Amino acid sequence: MIDLQGFGALLFAGTQVTLQLTLAALVVGLILGLLGATAKLSEHAPLRLVGNGYSTLVRGLPEFLVVLTFYFGATDILMALASTLFGYDAYIEVSAFAAGTTALGFIFGAYASELFRGAIISIHGGQAEAARALGMSKRQTFFRITLPQVWRIALPGLGNLFMILMKDTALISVVGLEELMRVTAFAVGRTKEPFTFYLTAAVIYLLLTSIASLGLRYLEKRAALGVREALS
Amino acid sequence: MSFLRNFKGMAIAALSVIALTATAHGADKLRIGTEGAYPPFNLVDSNGELQGFDVDIAKALCASMKAECTFVKQDWDGMIPALNKRKFDAIVASMSITEERQKAVDFSERYYTNKLQFVGKKGQAMDISAAGLKGKVIGAQRATISGQWLEQNRADADIKLYDTQENAYLDLASGRLDAILADAFVNYEWLNSDAGQAFEAKGDPVFDGDLIGIAIRKGEDDLRMKLNTAIKDIVADGTYGKINAKYFPFSIY
Amino acid sequence: MTWEAFLEMLPKLASGAVLTLELLLLSACIGLLLAVPLALARVSKRWWLSLMPRTYIFFFRGTPLLVQLFLVYYGLGQFEAVRESFVWPVLRDAFWCAAITFSLHTAAYISEILRGAIQAVPVGEIEAARAIGMRPHQVYISIILPRAFRMALPAYGNEIILMLKASALASTITLMDLTGTAKTISSINYMPVETFVTAGAFYLAITYVLTHFIRFLERHLHPDRKEPVMIVG
Repeated sequence: MIDLQGFGALLFAGTQVTLQLTLAALVVGLILGLLGATAKLSEHAPLRLVGNGYSTLVRGLPEFLVVLTFYFGATDILMALASTLFGYDAYIEVSAFAAGTTALGFIFGAYASELFRGAIISIHGGQAEAARALGMSKRQTFFRITLPQVWRIALPGLGNLFMILMKDTALISVVGLEELMRVTAFAVGRTKEPFTFYLTAAVIYLLLTSIASLGLRYLEKRAALGVREALS
Repeated sequence: MSFLRNFKGMAIAALSVIALTATAHGADKLRIGTEGAYPPFNLVDSNGELQGFDVDIAKALCASMKAECTFVKQDWDGMIPALNKRKFDAIVASMSITEERQKAVDFSERYYTNKLQFVGKKGQAMDISAAGLKGKVIGAQRATISGQWLEQNRADADIKLYDTQENAYLDLASGRLDAILADAFVNYEWLNSDAGQAFEAKGDPVFDGDLIGIAIRKGEDDLRMKLNTAIKDIVADGTYGKINAKYFPFSIY
Repeated sequence: MTWEAFLEMLPKLASGAVLTLELLLLSACIGLLLAVPLALARVSKRWWLSLMPRTYIFFFRGTPLLVQLFLVYYGLGQFEAVRESFVWPVLRDAFWCAAITFSLHTAAYISEILRGAIQAVPVGEIEAARAIGMRPHQVYISIILPRAFRMALPAYGNEIILMLKASALASTITLMDLTGTAKTISSINYMPVETFVTAGAFYLAITYVLTHFIRFLERHLHPDRKEPVMIVG
């Protein structure tokens, strides 16, 4: 067995932070994804421009660079906003966790918006008309008809994005968040045994992605209940 | 409904109160920024506490100034931007006083004097002149005067820059680097540790007279004078000497 | 940010971009070379043959690239045996550590793309080839692989773009690629956001050129088709 030299508890704590970061970024990402998709499908050209611009821009940039920019820029933006809106000039602490969540959520949303857009389009047509014919408002149509089905169609793609998100949390180690990668590097610094600890971290990530993968397969089966498929 | 309309008003009120209370206490509270990855000057111990020469000096200065100090950990690369954004009020992290930095921040008087020194494997002769290091792989921490000195004076060498001093030492130990250039006292600490046993200092220090000061935002003359007075005081009354002796058998002032 | 500061960083960022492209090209080629035998072993009916690639793919797709990179760069350097061996001159160099890690990483993804493409080659063509007496290896070389490569091209192109973005991690092991150069510049000029945004513009430009080049290749290889064939991964 690998001798963790007493750093096991630290690695466990780091793993917890990794999970918290993944979930927080997922929430932000899903919201941004939905907003982005609706923007792309909007009747107003400027909104479409914003939506498509957001997607194209983020998909063309390295995640690592986006994380670094958010980390250094988040305080700038928030402080500029606070200064002009409220005249507040003191330092606004943007924790590494907040910066990381925003950055990863922002990235997730860009990719998710494409998935949601495709899913919404594939459903919308006849069902939207039928809903309207029954007297449902636009909002009711969206929340009761479109959204539940978008979930089912977009799920495989979203699952893939979730796995990528989970692995991308390692990037946040570079901006100081004490997630798994960062605490592993700390242990390496103390013990001078990089192979042992990075391999342990790799195994932990494998466990996390495997469990997530199983969970996603279960969700996909549940979401597809009652749906007949052309190909089994 | 009126609550929502007044929300902005309430937010402004709340934030103003916070801002006022923040500045009201500003005079007596000082936030010190330090890295925590630069033993023996600043490091994080196994309890997660900041320790080291810089930390001890900062605490002594605060006691002398009768100010309440809190410490904030900050990665080296973002140190000066964070100071200017008011994440903290002073940097006590073994930062050298350089012309470039003085464009962005002000410095106190020195609180120790540093030298740069090459470190390489024991038993191997090393010529640290420009000709001797040509093509050799030399490491240093990014954004430090070691890195800068290498680029200005040993440009023919293969220079590698690292995020932290620790990573540079790791690569020196594994043989990726032929030598590193770093602060003599940090080297002293590492050479005395287990990891540094097979290494030694090479040649004479290449740059002495590197003054280490406390960085503060531009224009904060009041704070600067307080810090300078405090430094003189702790040197005069022996506090400095005690702290110095805790880490080094020689004086580094 | 002043105009001079901006102009000053451009040539430095450009040389960083050159290193990025070198890494990208190397890992795209080596990754492809590694992926072919991986994919072939993966589709094999013999379980013992497909076990190794399946484990390999599981590991490289299930762990972050950063961990893989640190394992190779810092981890392998821990062992005296490695440091004394003949591979050390290669592993000693950060560039080769990055190239090797990126190649191994992308090979896992490319092999899955190839596997999908191989399994999508029309069965009829394979049967016809066998019917006229081709041996198994001839069927592979003349029929299956050429078809599979053409089908895999769009996804392979996509993977190259993903590799470009992943290459930014090379900066964590002292390499002065585009991101590494930007980090160093920003630690001197104390203007991190402006520097990173400029570096981002470089990445976008490279992505744009690469995407169009790949689309050009696709059109060239499918003169009869208007749209590229999409592989659903």
